[in-house]
Amino acid sequence: MASPAGKAYEMKVENNRQARQPMALGSAAWIAAGVAAWWLIYRQLSPFADWFSFTLLRLSPATHLGSAVQFMVFETPKVLMLLLLVVFGVGIVRSFFTPQHTRAILAGTRESVGNVLASLLGVVTPFCSCSAVPLFIGFVTTGVPLGVTFSFLIAAPMINEVALVLLFGLFGWRVAAIYAGTGLLIAMIAGWTIGRLRMERYVEPWVYETQMGDSADDSAKLSWTERIHLGREAVRDIVGKVWPYVIAGIAVGAGIHGYVPQNFMAHIMGKGAWWSVPLAVLIGVPMYSNAAGIIPVVQALLQKGAALGTVLAFMMSVIGLSFPETIILRKVLRPQLIAAFVGVVTLGILIVGYLFNVLM
Amino acid sequence: MKTLQILGSGCANCARLAGNTEAAATQLGMEFTIEKVTDMQAIVRAGVMKTPALVVDGKVRLFGRVPDVAELKTILSDLV
Repeated sequence: MASPAGKAYEMKVENNRQARQPMALGSAAWIAAGVAAWWLIYRQLSPFADWFSFTLLRLSPATHLGSAVQFMVFETPKVLMLLLLVVFGVGIVRSFFTPQHTRAILAGTRESVGNVLASLLGVVTPFCSCSAVPLFIGFVTTGVPLGVTFSFLIAAPMINEVALVLLFGLFGWRVAAIYAGTGLLIAMIAGWTIGRLRMERYVEPWVYETQMGDSADDSAKLSWTERIHLGREAVRDIVGKVWPYVIAGIAVGAGIHGYVPQNFMAHIMGKGAWWSVPLAVLIGVPMYSNAAGIIPVVQALLQKGAALGTVLAFMMSVIGLSFPETIILRKVLRPQLIAAFVGVVTLGILIVGYLFNVLM
Repeated sequence: MKTLQILGSGCANCARLAGNTEAAATQLGMEFTIEKVTDMQAIVRAGVMKTPALVVDGKVRLFGRVPDVAELKTILSDLV
């Protein structure tokens, strides 16, 4: 016979379960309803844009103005809706990954496996370049190899959910997948290379003397309600910040849709020009912009005949290598190591650029 | 008297967290001091790998995000 105390405990567990179940079901129902509504609206966007431009405004699809207006009215809500969905989803996924958690995984792996894992984790672990220094110290002082840490630091900004959504929305899944795949490859190989160069002595000595404190990692304990809350917070923070760039980007796209001659860029940035890839990287590395800000430029370049590899290289060098981040990292890295980091990543981007110009 | 510290390199998010925290503490009628900690070694010693972070009386209560004033009020009132 169970003791009264045991019974009380069982009842408590039972109560807890009951209290939890409706909550989880409730949030699941909300998400399902939200996604269904999203899908219904999303499917109406194209007919609506046609109706708005060609019936309501009586523009002709054959004219420059007509196609530009239709493009704008269709693409703006489409990309914003994609952004909303993906940023929300990524926000929820990221609530499962904290830097502490990622570090714990990476500290226990061999180097080559570590480079692959670190690049993948770099995509899902929340990261902002302003936290690059504490994250770097936290990783290297707890046994994550230097090259593995770099794989993470390269992948995290390079493969960015906003960039992926915009690439998917405006150029299709193939361009988005190529971007993510080659970005990951660069992070893996560049990190591995930095590891092989044995550059630990070019880390500022105080880094290894710093004692990393323990802090609570409560990511596993979050309830679904809290995770959804985090997803919504991500939407508020990210979509709230980038929407003007997105609209600007689509407006640029609409503006050149019919007006600027096709193949305008082909001479300068087309496949034929061998120097176009290094030139794109040379311009791109010192430039710094968020992913959303660079898409208008990419849109304009691609549509006017620039080669895909050249544009990829340009985009990666703007997003993946940022001047402010290298300045921030200078606090923990000697110039030699910074140079190696920028050099190896730049080389990777160049190779990707040439490769795609040859293949596609 | 609570000691509130905002850990971070001084980026925009740190300023937002500091503003929201101060507003939340004031609205709760708390007695508090607030300071910003930008020294990297101090941040790392606190165990924070993603900034900004909120430290109350030496304990990390929040890191890596900027909640709104309402949520910060719940976080802070749980501690009183």
